[in-house]
Amino acid sequence: MDLDAVAEWSRYVVSLSVFVYLGAWLAFCAEAGLRSRIRRLLEATAAVDTPATELVGVSAGAGSGSAGGGVSDDADPAAGAPESLLERAERTGRNGRSLLVLATVVLAAGVTMRGIGTSRAPWGNMYEFSITGALVASLVFLVLARTVVGRAVAVWAVLLIFVTLGLAVTLLYVPPGPLVPALRSYWLVVHVGAAVVAFGLFTVSAVVSGLQIVSERAAAQGRTTGFGAALPESSTLDRLSYRLTAVAFPIWTFGPLILGAVWAEVSWGRYWGWDPKEVWALITWLAYAAYLHARATAGWKGSKASIVSLVGYATVLFSYFGVNIFFNGLHSYGGL
Amino acid sequence: MTTQTDQRPPVDKRPPPLSGLELARWVWRQLTSMRVALILLFLLAVAAIPGSVIPQTDVNPLQVRDFRARNPTLSEWYDRLGMFDVFSAPWFAAIYLALMVSLIGCILPRSWQHWKAIRAQPPKAPRRLSRMPAYRQVEVDAAPDEVLAVARAELRSRRYRLRRAGTEGEADSVAGEVGHLRETGNLIFHLSVVVVLLAVALGGLFSYRATVLVTEGSGFSNQVIQFDSFSAGALFDTTDLPPFSMDVESFQMEFVDSGAQLGQADNYEASVTVVPEPGAEPESHTIRVNEPLDIDGTSVHILNPGYAPAFTIRSPDQTVLAEGPVPFLPEDGNFTSSGVVKVEVPPELGEDIGLQGYFLPTAEVDQNGPRSVFPGARNPAVYLTAYHGDLGLDDGQPQSVYRLDTSAMEQYVRADGEPFRAELTVGETIQLPDGNYITFDGYVTWVNLQIGRNSGREIALIGAVTAVIGLMGSLYVRRRRAWVRASVGAEGRTVVEVAGLHRTEGSGADRLTDEIGAVTDGLLLRLNGAEGERES
Ligand code: HEM
Repeated sequence: MDLDAVAEWSRYVVSLSVFVYLGAWLAFCAEAGLRSRIRRLLEATAAVDTPATELVGVSAGAGSGSAGGGVSDDADPAAGAPESLLERAERTGRNGRSLLVLATVVLAAGVTMRGIGTSRAPWGNMYEFSITGALVASLVFLVLARTVVGRAVAVWAVLLIFVTLGLAVTLLYVPPGPLVPALRSYWLVVHVGAAVVAFGLFTVSAVVSGLQIVSERAAAQGRTTGFGAALPESSTLDRLSYRLTAVAFPIWTFGPLILGAVWAEVSWGRYWGWDPKEVWALITWLAYAAYLHARATAGWKGSKASIVSLVGYATVLFSYFGVNIFFNGLHSYGGL
Repeated sequence: MTTQTDQRPPVDKRPPPLSGLELARWVWRQLTSMRVALILLFLLAVAAIPGSVIPQTDVNPLQVRDFRARNPTLSEWYDRLGMFDVFSAPWFAAIYLALMVSLIGCILPRSWQHWKAIRAQPPKAPRRLSRMPAYRQVEVDAAPDEVLAVARAELRSRRYRLRRAGTEGEADSVAGEVGHLRETGNLIFHLSVVVVLLAVALGGLFSYRATVLVTEGSGFSNQVIQFDSFSAGALFDTTDLPPFSMDVESFQMEFVDSGAQLGQADNYEASVTVVPEPGAEPESHTIRVNEPLDIDGTSVHILNPGYAPAFTIRSPDQTVLAEGPVPFLPEDGNFTSSGVVKVEVPPELGEDIGLQGYFLPTAEVDQNGPRSVFPGARNPAVYLTAYHGDLGLDDGQPQSVYRLDTSAMEQYVRADGEPFRAELTVGETIQLPDGNYITFDGYVTWVNLQIGRNSGREIALIGAVTAVIGLMGSLYVRRRRAWVRASVGAEGRTVVEVAGLHRTEGSGADRLTDEIGAVTDGLLLRLNGAEGERES
């Protein structure tokens, strides 16, 4: 009975983390604002003093002798910006990252409490899946947020976590309790566990893809101010999104598809039965296979590839929300 | 609107008429092109969508029946397009067969190319290494030959394959390549996908699946005539069925009895005895959800449970007309179960009797009438109406055991003209208006078991796991080349150039730069520490 209380309390801890995420988000926003101010200032000086930028732009290794190192061509992009402004941006970014760490720790505590309170892996229904998925995404952002590029991404991604957790503690909330016998299995731990991890990674990748499109557009239109211009370089985002998908795709293959089939064979006596959830896991897999092909072999780059990636993510969302809500298959005990 | 240039017939552009062979070659080239593979992948994904939205005969025949009843016109169209059987429809098969062909057509030539690539020498160093995306230059005191020997050792320790010494263009430089495992992994992945598809498709031909409803205390043997439903692949042979028989000694259901999940199933457990083959020793086993029983490659699963109320029906002179449990079908989560009892009465004793009604494991009566409020049997009761007449069991027409054909029957009527109704708790007896007795003796549970074999599942699993391993090679191994050139510089010292080129899409230049840096450092370290070198 005490355990139930622990699980109930987890809801409040998760709710608390939502507010810390809000803080992290505000800090990242402030940093992005400061950085675009710095950039604008720089561009203003560059316009006056063109040769200076050209010097920075000399490609490494072109000369036979002195430029060969190729190490220091990464000249400080903010050189010449007012020191105080730069320092403020750095500090705000650090604060945001600290808040993100704190929020992640609080969320992790909430998820752990739910796990302890129910004495099982905390991904037995949509509420638990959402908070654990948000935790995975959050951990990915923590890794990313070490760089300026990552923090620019995190501004939007943290907002997504914010919404997910908000939905989780309100609409999706399910009181703690034991699982139906069909879900009581070690396979739940690995199969759904892998799905949560892949889900978190795909989410981050989708955010990056979305930002890539915006950034590419801003660059194409030569915009120097506003949200698009403040984003990292389009090609950087493009590569980042690809790398995240490249990590998530094998996990999706292994968790939802292969282990799902193994568990289905144990639980229902057939490893593949075209249940709606299975069909959508396959559709997602095919969509991301198409994305990887589009990039790796058809040579699609930039927003063309990003759109395929977003289509893939739409199928992820449908596999997760849509199937549980609209269809009445074997997976419908997902618990909504 | 035609312009001068447009008027010239575009004969030159049109390819000459295709012969059969050329056409075949053209189709093959199209089918194995990347663009078509991409289209097919998307097409397959899109084609699968209706299979999840529209009810499927294979997945849920009852839903299909409901859908047909509600949308008769639409259903006609769906039937024409195979929408109720998307995954066995010809158009769906066409897409995945095309993808299969494309896949194989892709793998074969690429395997051949890869084989040649693995055996080929890494290309010799380009004339101007400084043009490469990653480049370092250092000066050392060691002689060029010594530097090159050390460079070979360094690159080899990093698992680079080296261009054979003494080949053309190899006098002043070393060339290496690493990461062929990427393509190897990629081929293994695609090949494994083919293996999985074949295992699933061919395995299905030999597989079978059956269901049988067994009440506690009874059993079945693994024969087609004993099953309630049976389906098998085209190459399945009924003589393949392992000759076991099974009795369900008891089937226990436990439910959560408090808290928010009140009434949710907590455990289903069947205790069974199995006779593996006629004459063998019986073995005791337990089957639970997620813990099927495997008998000789055939697995037995718990599908769904229910209750079977037990009745005894006696004639006015206490002759037993019928007795025993009758499975009722649950209609809601609390196991409000409906069913019928058919009592064939010898003509000399009167008319047939048909009972129709509900079994409620935990009965409660409110303004909506009686219903069950908990799935466990805490307060079992039955609510019955009764008919007399001809059940129609002798006319050869197959009948559902869960429905009463009342076309030749009449409802019993009480003395006051109201239809006869009965509410019975366990042990109670009631007399019908014509003098027969009904006793509600109690209940047992029943369980719907699924018996089946999935041939080829091991092969499919091995294929799938190999696919993931190959995939990881394909995604994470980077293919790259490195060169080291050593020549005598103007000051008489040896100038060492190290350069790298990545051959993999999507890998950033930074990692390559790091690696070339590391190669250079390793080289210097091997050339006896940092002695005398000067990085320029
Ligand atoms: C069921 C169908 C298929 C699936 C699920 C699939 C999946 C994949 C995946 C996940 C990759 C890894 C992408 C990467 O290395 O970045 C890949 C690569 C590749 N696929 Fe497929 N594929 C399929 C069919 C095909 C077909 C039909 C072809 C040929 C026409 C093909 C040709 C290739 C090639 C050439 C690569 C190498 C990409 C590279 O340069 O690394 N694939 N495929």
